[in-house]
Amino acid sequence: MNHVKEGKERITQAIGMGKKSIAMELMPNKKPEIGEIKLSIRKLNFYYGDKQALFENTLDIAAKRVTAFIGPSGCGKSTHIRTYNRMFELYKGFRADGEIIMDGINILTTAIPALHLRRRVGMIFQKPTPFPMSLFDNIAYGLKLHNAFGASEIEGRVEKALKDAALWDEVQGKLHHQGTALSGGQQQRLCIARALAVEPDVLLMDEPCSALDPIATAKIEELIEELKGKLTIVIVTHNMQQAARVSDFTAYMYMGKLMEFGATSTIFMNPVRKETEDYVTGRFG
Amino acid sequence: MTLLFRRKLLNSIVLTLSGMAAIAGLFMLAWILGDVAWKGFAAINWNFFTALPTPAGVKGGGLANAIVGTLLMTGTAACIAVPFGMMSGTYLAEFGKNNIFGHFVRFVADILVSAPSIVIGVFVYLILVKPMHNFSGWAGAFALAIIMLPVVSRTTEEMLRLVPPEIREASLALGSPYWKMTYKIIYRSAASGIFTGVMLAVARVAGETAPLLFTALNSPYWMHGMNEPMANLTVVLFNYAMSPYDDWHMLAWGAAFIITISVLAVNVFTRIILRTKRRRS
Repeated sequence: MNHVKEGKERITQAIGMGKKSIAMELMPNKKPEIGEIKLSIRKLNFYYGDKQALFENTLDIAAKRVTAFIGPSGCGKSTHIRTYNRMFELYKGFRADGEIIMDGINILTTAIPALHLRRRVGMIFQKPTPFPMSLFDNIAYGLKLHNAFGASEIEGRVEKALKDAALWDEVQGKLHHQGTALSGGQQQRLCIARALAVEPDVLLMDEPCSALDPIATAKIEELIEELKGKLTIVIVTHNMQQAARVSDFTAYMYMGKLMEFGATSTIFMNPVRKETEDYVTGRFG
Repeated sequence: MTLLFRRKLLNSIVLTLSGMAAIAGLFMLAWILGDVAWKGFAAINWNFFTALPTPAGVKGGGLANAIVGTLLMTGTAACIAVPFGMMSGTYLAEFGKNNIFGHFVRFVADILVSAPSIVIGVFVYLILVKPMHNFSGWAGAFALAIIMLPVVSRTTEEMLRLVPPEIREASLALGSPYWKMTYKIIYRSAASGIFTGVMLAVARVAGETAPLLFTALNSPYWMHGMNEPMANLTVVLFNYAMSPYDDWHMLAWGAAFIITISVLAVNVFTRIILRTKRRRS
């Protein structure tokens, strides 16, 4: 209950004010070095059929940190992160070129099969997506895909995943309930638990809070805070306060181009480019 | 003022006419149901369900063999059509969305849905009954299966397509192979819809007469297997209603009642399932 209050306060703080509040969100010491690199993206282009949607995106994603992508709707944020797990392969005519190196392998090539890649790069979507089965089975589904665990091992891992996703206290003893019966925020945390259960290195979050109310949002943000340090998180968000609150690094995208990338505090307080400043101060977009 | 009056007048005239049309439709339905229930219910007794048909004029006949025959053939037809229909529906929804073969299959299924059932009866007569030199329950079941197939296929496709794309992506994003996602997640999401489609297809063929007339024909005896002519409610109803005998007429009303009630029951049942599902989601 306590952290709910905390989150609420943070949110009212953030919503009430403009640029100032974002500055307040950023601790002065929050100027991280990239350090170990998890993903290095080089000259990433993406095409929806004939239409090019990403233009030569180049950046490094720091390991075990949170990197946020901001920018106006349609700028290519989601398109960009959906290349990290080759989700676009599902659709005919979608293709990407360039390089995304993860642990020495270009994950855009078939050097790593999509199924293996997606085990290591999990994804959370805008709309919570519980499967039409019990809470337990929701999480066990992913576990069983990749491992031949015994029943007790699965039970233990389901519990651990739910604890990691800060959902255990709310659903303990109700694991046989339908996943769809949870509230929106709980559903989203269930999806996070499901993704965490397969122990990915990278977690992609595509506007994970845009369908949630402020309290549920605060909980997810807290969770991101807790997960940071355990795995690499890449989050797309429309909410600049959110980016400022949760991320270490921020990338500003506009019309498929990566306009500016750097430490979150720099992007929000001392952006190099005029366009970035206009966007983060709300003068545009 | 006059313009307003004219509008109001026109509105009330159209409202009256459309209301009357609705009542006319309802009235016909109520008439049919009432008549069938009234006369049919009188024909229903213990013998109706347990005894074999008797020659005209002999009291105490029933339609036990026809009831069993209808159940057997409809059941067999469902056993053939449901797996094939679901598989082809799955192909259409998951793999053949935009390719030429998918469009072709969908088009053929749509034609087959609207094909007159008597044509299917004659077709099965030509490919099964004639070469084998006898009418049979198998032939009847096969004809019914052909009628069910496109219905099951298209409803399966529609229901699978209703599953939100996010669910698919979420499943695949966990590293799930496509077939496992379809089998474990998508089918489950669409289960009640597919079940509804199957039940409606069963209800649809349960009332078919024409295809059975050419295939299963009829029989006054208990069947010894599916390899012989087989009694069924609809053909019995057809024969008895055309006969000049009063007690056969009675049995025909009874058959009509049973068929109507079961089709109605299936429809109501599936509607209830759909409604509870909609409320939950």
